[in-house]
Amino acid sequence: MAHGHHSNEKVVYVGDSRVKKSNHPNIPPDYTSFPGKSEAFIPNFLLKEWMVGCVVLVGFLVWTIAEPAPLGYPADPTNASFIPMPDWYFLFLYQFLKYPYVSQDYILLGTMGVPAVMFGALLLAPFLDTGKERRFYRRPIASSLMGLSLIASIYLTVISWDHYQHILEANGTIPEHIEREEKAREAAEKGEERPNYTQPKEEASLVEANDPAMDIAKQAQCVGCHAADLKGQGTTPSLVGVGDRLSKEELAEVITNGRNNGAMPSFKDKLSAEEIDQLATWLSKQKVAAE
Amino acid sequence: MFKSVYNWIDERLDITPLWRDVADHEVPEHVNPAHHFSAFVYCFGGLTFFITVIQILSGMFLTMYYVPDIINAYASVDYLQHKVAFGQIVRGMHHFGASLVIVMMFLHTLRVFFTGSYKAPREMNWVVGMLIFFIMLGLGFTGYLLPWDNKAYYATKVGVEIAASVPVLGPYIADFLYGGDIVGAQTLTRFFAIHVFFLPGALIAMLAAHFIMIRKQGISGPL
Repeated sequence: MAHGHHSNEKVVYVGDSRVKKSNHPNIPPDYTSFPGKSEAFIPNFLLKEWMVGCVVLVGFLVWTIAEPAPLGYPADPTNASFIPMPDWYFLFLYQFLKYPYVSQDYILLGTMGVPAVMFGALLLAPFLDTGKERRFYRRPIASSLMGLSLIASIYLTVISWDHYQHILEANGTIPEHIEREEKAREAAEKGEERPNYTQPKEEASLVEANDPAMDIAKQAQCVGCHAADLKGQGTTPSLVGVGDRLSKEELAEVITNGRNNGAMPSFKDKLSAEEIDQLATWLSKQKVAAE
Repeated sequence: MFKSVYNWIDERLDITPLWRDVADHEVPEHVNPAHHFSAFVYCFGGLTFFITVIQILSGMFLTMYYVPDIINAYASVDYLQHKVAFGQIVRGMHHFGASLVIVMMFLHTLRVFFTGSYKAPREMNWVVGMLIFFIMLGLGFTGYLLPWDNKAYYATKVGVEIAASVPVLGPYIADFLYGGDIVGAQTLTRFFAIHVFFLPGALIAMLAAHFIMIRKQGISGPL
């Protein structure tokens, strides 16, 4: 590559950089024109930064070990008593929308009006505050507006959190992630397993699945509708745990005469009274609740 | 050895100028805490980036275990938290790092504002920085749902309800985020996709723009 350099090295050093040097007024002066001691970014400054970074990282690690990230109970859409709470950095907006004149009939002002103006102003700050002066005390309007918004945001956040704590206290509610941790600690102290909220409920299975009555169920084509494992399919109910719902007599009655207008057919012609009795006896033993 | 490898590559790609653009610059005295301790206010941008890198790395490790569906999401987070080696640390870093990023970015924004560093010629970089701020808030909002506990569920429900109250666009926003009528299976997969692919993609593009502009324009001079 033609750099017009004479060197034995294969690395050809170009000028300072490929960025075009121009006298365009937008380009700030090189740092060498600033008075004082400047320092090379690599390696001098970066090395110091890395050392500070390592200290910060270790501190962060210690924090995460000392304070486990919170986790509540699995989401339950039917839970009506849960108090919704966004993460802390949304609290100012959350609290703001609770005030009259920015909620209910005026929600438009709350969601669009005020935040749009505030965030819009923040986004376009350089085009609103166009003076040459940079020092904050020499541009009182910009600085005081920012200061005010800052105080307002902090105030709203604190109020929101306070309000939340107040509701918790009034309802006697412990936040789920704290309660969960407490329970885990209690269980650990008692030497028990940590309560598990993730396991689905123990799948019930047939009691005495090898009983000869199962053969009757197969022969009589019970399995055709109630499925091979008798757990039901489609609208056909499961027979596992049917003993909790119906007594032996009731079961015999259903098998003999059917029900639901023949959705469950009558078996009095296909099975003998003895077989029906045997089947009903077996089905009446199918209890889940007993455990 | 290193030098010959470097030469070999440089001969073909001429990477020296590129390297100089990226790394070869000076740190002026007025932003160097080693000279003036008060210059630590200039560190918040770098710290934001540092924590963002932690977020990306810890997030990558979290996705090795996390399952974005309504039956397994909570279970996988529970498993991560209690069973996986160092899972608590990785999840803790991602959880608390999310707050730290917001704090650092907030302080960085205030520093830039109160030192008037956003003034000409750096207006565009401020605008890009604000976009990064909004992307970060979006990441915070979408990431909050993923553990699929009650707090996550109800915060998202309320958040989307607020978004839905926006006139005209509101119902479309809600539809886009919910993927249905309630916070459900679709919502979770959508939030996962937005949190893991869409927003980080946008974030990286914006960060690149942010840094290229800094290198082009340099740090603003002393006050």
